[in-house]
Amino acid sequence: MTIAPTRIPRQRELQADPRTMGTPEEPRDLRLYRRMRFIRRFEETLLGLFDEGVLNGTTHACIGQEADAVGVIEHVEEGDHIFSNHRCHGHYLARTGDALGLMAEIMGKEAGVCGGIGGSQHVCAPGFMSNGVQGGIVPTAAGIALAMKLRGSDRVSVVFIGDGTLGEGAVYETLNIAALWDLPLLIVLEDNEWAQSTPTELNTAGSMRARFEAFGIPVTETTTTDVAELDALAGNEIAAVRTTGKTRVLLVHTYRLCHHSKSDDHRPEEEVALRWVTEPLAIARQRIAESQWQRIDAEVEAALAEVVATARALP
Amino acid sequence: MIFSKELGAALRESLETDDRVVLIGEDIIDPYGGAFKVTRGLSTDFPERVRTTPISEGAIAGISAGLALAGMRPIAEVMFGDFITLCFDQVVNHITKYEAMYNGQATCPVVFRVPSGGHRGYGPTHSQSLEKHFLGVPHLKVVAASLFHDPREAFRGFLEQNTPVLYIEHKLLYPQNLRLPEGGMVGDLMAVKHGSTIGLSAVPRNDCTATVLAYGYQAMLAAEVVERLAVEEEIFVELLVPAQLSPMDWTPVEESVRATGSLVTVEEGTGGWSWGTEIAAVMSEKAFGRLRRPISVVASERTVIPSSRAREAGMLVGTPQIETAILEAAK
Repeated sequence: MTIAPTRIPRQRELQADPRTMGTPEEPRDLRLYRRMRFIRRFEETLLGLFDEGVLNGTTHACIGQEADAVGVIEHVEEGDHIFSNHRCHGHYLARTGDALGLMAEIMGKEAGVCGGIGGSQHVCAPGFMSNGVQGGIVPTAAGIALAMKLRGSDRVSVVFIGDGTLGEGAVYETLNIAALWDLPLLIVLEDNEWAQSTPTELNTAGSMRARFEAFGIPVTETTTTDVAELDALAGNEIAAVRTTGKTRVLLVHTYRLCHHSKSDDHRPEEEVALRWVTEPLAIARQRIAESQWQRIDAEVEAALAEVVATARALP
Repeated sequence: MIFSKELGAALRESLETDDRVVLIGEDIIDPYGGAFKVTRGLSTDFPERVRTTPISEGAIAGISAGLALAGMRPIAEVMFGDFITLCFDQVVNHITKYEAMYNGQATCPVVFRVPSGGHRGYGPTHSQSLEKHFLGVPHLKVVAASLFHDPREAFRGFLEQNTPVLYIEHKLLYPQNLRLPEGGMVGDLMAVKHGSTIGLSAVPRNDCTATVLAYGYQAMLAAEVVERLAVEEEIFVELLVPAQLSPMDWTPVEESVRATGSLVTVEEGTGGWSWGTEIAAVMSEKAFGRLRRPISVVASERTVIPSSRAREAGMLVGTPQIETAILEAAK
């Protein structure tokens, strides 16, 4: 499939490419791997384009955290809503598959999903929004949950935050109200151990888990990078929010394998190297025949090459 | 036609006619009904959509943002306008950003009700008029209640459009009778509507020697001064009372200044980097050749608002400062 290099209408139908997103018929472990591979290669491609000088501004790669995005969003249904943060590409791609819209957006092109105005951190599609300012997205996601509740629907509002965001007061104001009001909100806390250049131990006193439990909000905590495990955990969490209508937290201790944005990584090399051993794609490949993941990798590669070529040619 | 009662009726009408309307704020439910009693009775009739919150202005703003993005029509009460600073991040970096940064794919029509202003002895942190910090924020409307504007009409307008609104309610307006134009008159003054700006004068514009631009409670005071000067001293000026402070509708100001050649602005906020200084900058350019004297900007002293009644009266703009400025400008 080739996407013609023509101007895309602003509110176009987002077309998911089966080479990057898989199909409902594809075995689940293959589809989950495919989506993670897609996100990984999209981010690596972006970093390459930055080095090439094609992109402006900044970007925050989620390399190493793909399993969180894919595992959770596997359970997000039509009418549910996702609010994401500065590190939103993985979440956006897992939700929409819209690589071209995002690539064009980051390239600052008019055909970008927000006309090149939002850029890397501020993207919007039906059922998805992101904002690069920390903290404030949490009450906003709670407000979306309140709207769902007032309408009597069983839809769920999901918000992705990081460990660094736990420093923002808006988070705690919202936890209090979300618990008081029984809002159908799932907070996915991706603790990647580093808030930009600051390690968790300089940022976060006490317990992450206890922060939420103090408000009576149940927490499910994991250190896994295995997308199959995250898929199962997230499935339970979203189902629980949907049936109880109450706020829950999925706390994922993960790791960011790349720099925070660009050229700003001062972490010990040994620490990072150790995490490459347990990174989600490596774990997922252990379940799949080599010929299968090689085929998937080739399909993702071909699709992304087309996306880049198409995006480059856009006005 | 007491302003606070009419405002409450406007909110009731909003809840009745539009299922998307949600009122959210601190202490707004019955029997208390809000610090200034504006929402009294509403939570009894609309328990799901009139929601009292913890003391969490940032979350009030953020939750309102989410409601609005999801297609609802939140109206947030900020108990004292001084606390709007706690909503600043949401207003500047979230609520007013979404529509533009998402290239029109979302709207975030939050309305903030902001009880503001002094002259009540509430002291440095419960008396301020902080709207100047929000004037000029792109994609935000700052609107001021006055006795000459119908609050029902204001809220009907807010619900018909998609831009976020800061609605400034001066606390001293709450117990006052509305003075809506009737038959082209407000009391003994002629009243002419220019869009949402109301012009008040004792004689036709061409016989006025100055234009006075004021909003909110200061517009009430200015109207009293304008009326008195006309009757007692035969000094005639035109008072313009805009509903919307930012963005400004410049046309009525330009037209009036073209006739009078002199302009005074009045606001209760502290002086400098303010509504009046922006108007002075813009009107100096638009009406350069028409002005016979520099534009006069009346604002409060650049300090905290004292609790002491006497010291507060000296610090905040009130009738004496308005009268002095008008007498000078009308020469």
